[in-house]
Amino acid sequence: MARSVWKGPFVDAHVLKKAEASRDSGRKEVIKIWSRRSTILPQFVGLTFGVYNGKKHIPVLVSEDMIGQKFGEYSPTRTYHGHMADKKAKRK
Amino acid sequence: MARIAGVNIPTHKRVPIALTYIHGIGHTAATSICEAVGVDVTRRVNELSDAEVLAIREHIDANYTVEGDLRREVQMNIKSMMDLGNYRGLRHRRNLPVRGQRTHTNARTRKGPAKAIAGKKK
Repeated sequence: MARSVWKGPFVDAHVLKKAEASRDSGRKEVIKIWSRRSTILPQFVGLTFGVYNGKKHIPVLVSEDMIGQKFGEYSPTRTYHGHMADKKAKRK
Repeated sequence: MARIAGVNIPTHKRVPIALTYIHGIGHTAATSICEAVGVDVTRRVNELSDAEVLAIREHIDANYTVEGDLRREVQMNIKSMMDLGNYRGLRHRRNLPVRGQRTHTNARTRKGPAKAIAGKKK
């Protein structure tokens, strides 16, 4: 079920604070965040966030199309490169 | 013969049912079209006058995205997701289910027919 509109978008307070701070300062550096659950807001456009995927921070350059989605959507948590070819099949 | 929104020629069926043969129009949209145009839902397509068919056609053109345009729109949305690189886009790229379904078993609609794994049985 979708979130109620009257609540407004959910963003962790520390993400907002960090974003604001980097916006006021020189910009350009990656803002490390762990909060994958936060919504991407319009004022984040143009900033680069390092979104944690459980192992490292994936740099995400926020563009206008990403507004309204969550940070976690852009930082995949699973690695899977397909299965190895079977050893038994190789021997034949 | 009634041609509405391109190639669709549904006859002999009740109007709201026949309209669902158009891609992008389901039961809800079909009944609301009938209501807006003033066609009784129990009437059949071959009983309609030319004026009524025209009214339906114009109503659909004005208010609904349908057939090729709708398909193109959906494809564009999928493509934009793939380009953005979000999770849904990645799942589309890999041809896997997008909405969190399990893939351990099932998911055959997206994955296609099962592929035999060599040397699985002894």
